[in-house]
Amino acid sequence: MITEHFPILLIVVPLTSALSTPLIGTLNKKYCWYTAIFSISLSLFMSLYILNAVMHTGRISYWLGNWEPPYGIEYAIDYLNSYVLVIVTFIALAVTIYSKWSVEKELPEKTVLFYTVYLLLITGLLGITITGDIFNLYVFLEITSLSAYTLVAIGKKRNALVASYNYAILGTISATFILIAIGYLYMVTGTLNMADLSTKLPPLYDSKVVLTALAFFMAGFSIKVALFPLHVWLPDAYTHAPSVVSAILAATSTKVAAYAMIRVMFTVFSPEFIIVRVNITHILSWIAAFAIIVGSVLAIAQVDIKKMLAYSSVAQIGYIMLGIGLSTKLSVTGGILHILNHALMKATLFLVAGAVIYKTGIRNIEEYRGLRREMPLTMLAFTIAALSMIGVPGTVGFVSKWYLLLGALHEGKWVFALVLILSSLLMLVYFWRVIENIYFPKMHVAVAMDGGDKKKELPYTMLVPILILALLCIALGILAFIPLKIVGMISQMLVG
Amino acid sequence: MEIVSIKPLLAILVSLVGSGLIIASSRNPNLREGWTILISLAKFAIVASMVPTVLSGNKMVYTLIELFPGIEIKFRADAFGVFFAVTASFLWIITSLYSIGYMRSLNEHSQTRYFAAFAIALSATIGIAFAANLVTLFMFYELLTLVTFPLVTHKDTPEARQAGRKYLAYLLGTSIAFQLFAIVLTYTFAGTLEFSEGGILRGAAPPLVLTLIYFLFIAGFAKAAIMPLHSWLPTAMIAPTPVSALLHAVAVVKAGVFSILRIIFYIYGVDLMSSLNLGILTAYFVSFTIIVASLFALTQDNLKLRLAYSTISQLSYVILGAALLTTSGMIGGIMHIAVHAFSKITLFFCAGSIYVASHKTNISELSGIGKKMPLTMLAFTVGSLSMVGVPPVAGFISKWYLLLGSAEAHNMLLIIVLLSSSLLNAAYFFPIVCKAFFEEPAETFDGEEIKEAPLFVVIPLILTAIGSIILFFYPQPFLRIAYVVVQNVIGG
Repeated sequence: MITEHFPILLIVVPLTSALSTPLIGTLNKKYCWYTAIFSISLSLFMSLYILNAVMHTGRISYWLGNWEPPYGIEYAIDYLNSYVLVIVTFIALAVTIYSKWSVEKELPEKTVLFYTVYLLLITGLLGITITGDIFNLYVFLEITSLSAYTLVAIGKKRNALVASYNYAILGTISATFILIAIGYLYMVTGTLNMADLSTKLPPLYDSKVVLTALAFFMAGFSIKVALFPLHVWLPDAYTHAPSVVSAILAATSTKVAAYAMIRVMFTVFSPEFIIVRVNITHILSWIAAFAIIVGSVLAIAQVDIKKMLAYSSVAQIGYIMLGIGLSTKLSVTGGILHILNHALMKATLFLVAGAVIYKTGIRNIEEYRGLRREMPLTMLAFTIAALSMIGVPGTVGFVSKWYLLLGALHEGKWVFALVLILSSLLMLVYFWRVIENIYFPKMHVAVAMDGGDKKKELPYTMLVPILILALLCIALGILAFIPLKIVGMISQMLVG
Repeated sequence: MEIVSIKPLLAILVSLVGSGLIIASSRNPNLREGWTILISLAKFAIVASMVPTVLSGNKMVYTLIELFPGIEIKFRADAFGVFFAVTASFLWIITSLYSIGYMRSLNEHSQTRYFAAFAIALSATIGIAFAANLVTLFMFYELLTLVTFPLVTHKDTPEARQAGRKYLAYLLGTSIAFQLFAIVLTYTFAGTLEFSEGGILRGAAPPLVLTLIYFLFIAGFAKAAIMPLHSWLPTAMIAPTPVSALLHAVAVVKAGVFSILRIIFYIYGVDLMSSLNLGILTAYFVSFTIIVASLFALTQDNLKLRLAYSTISQLSYVILGAALLTTSGMIGGIMHIAVHAFSKITLFFCAGSIYVASHKTNISELSGIGKKMPLTMLAFTVGSLSMVGVPPVAGFISKWYLLLGSAEAHNMLLIIVLLSSSLLNAAYFFPIVCKAFFEEPAETFDGEEIKEAPLFVVIPLILTAIGSIILFFYPQPFLRIAYVVVQNVIGG
């Protein structure tokens, strides 16, 4: 049955389409978009199938080339990564559908290059998520990172090059750290398979080498996740990258990095080791708290919408990490759920920011004044996602915030509850500023419209993904039991 | 007994769906306003049909959906909820008529947005009335803030923008900072958020923590405008007058006090309140607002601002009554929700009527206006009498019960507070009446003759004024529901 091979096909399909895109692009530039849509739709279908299978069987193990692990590479899929796979493929599909006009306008000469690298990025993200082999994870991490540097550098302005360069420097340091850590583990255990590592490591927990490896892992992943204070690459990279790239990076790549961090902490090492013996989670929760506050405060100071959203991401990553750091069932549920919720919200927000740039060229928040008249539906989507970020009940943002708050208070850790509340207030400040501008009539003359059809708000391929994502921000906020069903199992698996 | 019924949900949905119809018929103003009237009538009919059920001691429940394990979006129409819902939905009918007259006479812009937001605001209000647990309440509370924002900033001017910011910062800010925090704490300690007679927090946490949560709740419901979180209300007076009338004298502010009463009766319960001494503490705390807000009102020359400060003072009456924790006190507090609603809406309608007819907003300009607009000013007099608590107007009823309650609690100080506040009310309302009727019109009245406002404006204010009087002679419908509420709360 072909369905047995879905785990590898999930990687092979986007990879082969990435490699064939340059060829297809020589026939006609427009075909690139169809290729990307086709391959990512297939990936989404396969990841949904895998999710369903995992819900029934618990864990899927796929042996590459039929080599038995730990000798061969194993793709190991459990609740956690099947969940992340669906998020990545779904968001990627939405962003890809949206990308058509945006890319045509922002990168008219580099369309083929863009789709090639973009598909490589998706391949890498899926690879990190699906693999059960730590070195394989590193390889995919590098594929992802190199494509991400390229995608940022592709941006029109020169600033994009600087941003990409900074990103590359820090990203490389991070990759080196992770590689060193993998080397240390291999040195003491002689294996690279994660499941195998988890059985071989416990006797070595007192070893200095293992501790050092953990330290390198944490530092390395913290850069990839953009955890404060190692977030410095993120704001510039998101700001100067093309709109589509900002959206996909913000919504998926940091999430996948967070996934990898969780995977290493909880599977390669054990909850007992990181929570009780080393208690690295305690440190993590404090760092996350600082990330939440600092990210939100810096977001308030921004005038560029994309930069504001980027700093907001820094804070939101703090949410995910805080949930993990508190390591109770409730808080982990909140943190893991926030991977999905934040992906939905941030994708919506970045896509709207991109759509506004597409249609009017506006990036400054003050110039959003009166946009409601020109782009009513788009602005409605922005408002929904922004309210969700603030945590208004009935939206996804409220659900994850609720669980994080409960998790913090159940442990009697009031400080973190206060941090969450304070950050909601800060978000109210910086998002309401935008909403207010949108809905108040313009004081000056209309801005020049230089995008596409002047009558239509947006091309349908841009509008529909935005609206679907915004709708999901509400639907999954009210029907929260759907994602919670699987997220509950994940937190049971991690700390239960 | 609990009866499963879809009526509470229908009562909420009717105006939510209706707002869609209003928007859809934006090109045809007569049809649009027709929808508003029809929806408000339907809403009142649904709510009123629940009265017999709650009078017989039953309540209607309906679970819409389980939001996440243990937390449901659930409605419960008990006597207390129906009491508030009847008041709000009845006055909405009258306000709708008034709105049509007001908005058309002044030729206001964005009327579709206005009527649609109004309809959703009423949905949110009824949602608050029928919420069965704190999360459902929180949800509609936030919705009410958000949907009234375009009404407050209706003028679209920089001042309106500034006012809107303040409105939002106070209401949304406090609800996130304090109310949400208190809800999560309640859930952590009690394990449930359902409203229940007798409360859910007894023995759930140390007294100090319970006291803290209580004050977080009080601060979290800034819509009740207890000092020092009151200053959003005068600022919100920038809204069109019908908005100030229904929302900022009835729906929004009463939603605040209603929520606080829910907390006192159904989360803490009468026993816990008295064993923690929170009742008397609250009573003294709001006494400050009652007196100081009245003093502020004395100094206002803008009529709407004076009314706003009067509202701040009167809202605290409701909380004072509940906090007395005696039968009469609670009945007085609950009754005051309806009584104050009828009288204050009359006063605001009058302020709007004066504005429509003469474009005057300041009290100092009202000399002799009673001769030009006798009906309006007569209604104003009735409303003022009610505020002061003079028979034969409804204000007397609730004030009587409040005084009785204070006497039952053997608290001389609170009696003095209530009486001196009545004096202050008289001191800031009667001069307006005197000025209107007995002073000669000032020279500044130019040649243009001022006459009564259009019928659509005048009839509603006469109706509510008559309502205030009827409530004095025939308070039974409301009083009986209030009795049921108090019986349940004390008996439960």
